[in-house]
Amino acid sequence: MISFPIIRVVSKLLIPYILLFALYVQFHGDFGPGGGFQAGVIFASAIVLYAMVFGLPAAYEVAPPKVIEKLVAVGLLLYAGTGFASLFLPRPNQDVPVTGNFLEYEVFQHNLLPGILPTGQHLGIFLVELGVGITVTAVMIIIFYAFAGRERVA
Amino acid sequence: MIDIYSQLPILLIAIPLFAAPVCVLLGGRWLTYLLSVVVCGTTFAISIGLMQQVIKYGPIHYEIGNWKPPYGIEYVVDGLSGFVMMFVSALAAIVLLYGKPSIDAEIPRSKHYLFYASYLLCMTGLLGMCITGDLFNVFVFLEISSLSSYALISLGRTRRAPLAALQYLILGTIGATFFLIGIGLLYQMTGTLNMSDIANRLDTETGPRTLLVAFGFMTVGLFVKMAVFPLHSWLPNAYTYAPSVVTAFVAATATKVSVYAFIRLVFGIFKPEFAFEQMPLGTLLLTLSLVGIFIASTAAIFQDDVKRLLAYSSIAQIGYMLLGIGMATTDSLTAGIVHMFNHALIKGGLFMVVGCFVLRLGSSRLSDWRGAAKTMPLTSLAWAIGGLGLIGVPMTAGFVSKWLLLTSAFESNHQLVAGMMLVSSLLAVVYVWRVVETLYFSEQPSAAAKEASEAPVWMLVPMYAVIFAVLVFGVWTQFSAGLAAEAAQSLLPLDLVPTAPTVSPGGTP
Repeated sequence: MISFPIIRVVSKLLIPYILLFALYVQFHGDFGPGGGFQAGVIFASAIVLYAMVFGLPAAYEVAPPKVIEKLVAVGLLLYAGTGFASLFLPRPNQDVPVTGNFLEYEVFQHNLLPGILPTGQHLGIFLVELGVGITVTAVMIIIFYAFAGRERVA
Repeated sequence: MIDIYSQLPILLIAIPLFAAPVCVLLGGRWLTYLLSVVVCGTTFAISIGLMQQVIKYGPIHYEIGNWKPPYGIEYVVDGLSGFVMMFVSALAAIVLLYGKPSIDAEIPRSKHYLFYASYLLCMTGLLGMCITGDLFNVFVFLEISSLSSYALISLGRTRRAPLAALQYLILGTIGATFFLIGIGLLYQMTGTLNMSDIANRLDTETGPRTLLVAFGFMTVGLFVKMAVFPLHSWLPNAYTYAPSVVTAFVAATATKVSVYAFIRLVFGIFKPEFAFEQMPLGTLLLTLSLVGIFIASTAAIFQDDVKRLLAYSSIAQIGYMLLGIGMATTDSLTAGIVHMFNHALIKGGLFMVVGCFVLRLGSSRLSDWRGAAKTMPLTSLAWAIGGLGLIGVPMTAGFVSKWLLLTSAFESNHQLVAGMMLVSSLLAVVYVWRVVETLYFSEQPSAAAKEASEAPVWMLVPMYAVIFAVLVFGVWTQFSAGLAAEAAQSLLPLDLVPTAPTVSPGGTP
């Protein structure tokens, strides 16, 4: 579709805003509607649009299939890693030090840059949603690649 | 410091769940294999630790994220779930330990790390279904295990494998959807997803018609996942075309975990009085399982492919477990639970034997196995012992569960059921013997069998460990039957008093 100037120009204009909107949905998901799933799909849709307009080879350069495959794992690791981290951190305001349960966000309480950095429950949700966002983006792109680039599917 | 004992329930799930993406990141073949073996072994060790704690201190409850149930998700380990988790993780570990040569031979090398990741995810899903005390969580783990098993099955060597996986995917998804519809209806009625909370809030005596619909949907959904007779059509193809290692693992564990979920549903959430007295579940189960046992065993006799033969035999064996549930006495439930364990060992062991033959003979067709006992004596002997277990010969594990089932059938006045069980065992003799005869007494050995050599020691040792376990648990029943009896006791403390004059086709009025 690269030969159609209108499509080319409009999609070039749109793609940055799609990505930006995805990031907004991702990080504003803590306060309003949104979150990792929706953000991931929106983010992936920008890559899909790019691939449809400029061709698969160009998209492979932007988002190499090998890297995307690893990103699927990274997002999941971030989620599970948050859970494991909470096993090792002590619960706040306890006389006897007790460590948290799996995915207990209270243990992420800290006093660094209050009001700017998320803390406690907020930080936990933030990390978990980021993991979800990364994995959903990567999975969406991989599914698109699997259908679009038939020769890659063994 | 973290108190490792109090965190064991979550570690059981979180460690393999964490290791799966690590496998994808690592790539390669050896490193991912070693990691998976270590993780499966650790999981088995954790499940033993949990079972010990349960025996000592009673059921364990774990609150994820320290959210109190019924609002948060709760993990519960009791006698039944601990028992099931123990043999699921044991078989996962031992099949993986055994499978390296078979995996190398049957799965494309570029896909190995994805195979190990899916294998770990599948185990996570199966264990999660057992451990969770939250009904929606059961569905989530059911999907994790199902989706990863579709991927595992599609890795088979022939082009039929993806087709078999697709067939399983369609039916499995219908089953899972039915289950989810049931969960939705229960949630709508009670406003909670915690199993024990639902059980407390459900008014099974005078509840609305929705209760009946929810029960129907969930039962049928699980019937598909268990491969109960008329809904079994996905199973033979899936087991036949999957890689041998996958078949050994999935056949030994997946359907049993669905049976576990069904037991939990009938006895833990809906009350047995509702299921067996207000609803005709007993009659339904007894009829379906008896018909299934006969049709599937007969079908097994006529198969040329040994994997398919064992697949049909699995459908028949599920029937025995459901007979135990269907008769709904404490003893018969014990028998059903023991049979889950024994059959997991026997079928896992036999599919491991098939894996050895496929590795050396390159085929699971019976005609290629002719006379293989001369060149592969140890593997053939393992088939003979495992086969005896499948038939239910004394001194093997299969005998223990069939004996318990038989005595409980006589005690609860199901003489017809008992008689048909005995006859059906003869069918098992026929299909096991057909393979034994082909292995030992063929006049003309096949070309492949003449050139074959004994399976590698690496595979033989874990395989014989399972086969010996079949013999050990045929004699030493304290562990298997003892734990199962305690689990059954806690699920169904008192036998139901049959109020309806005809509870079963075999019941004397």
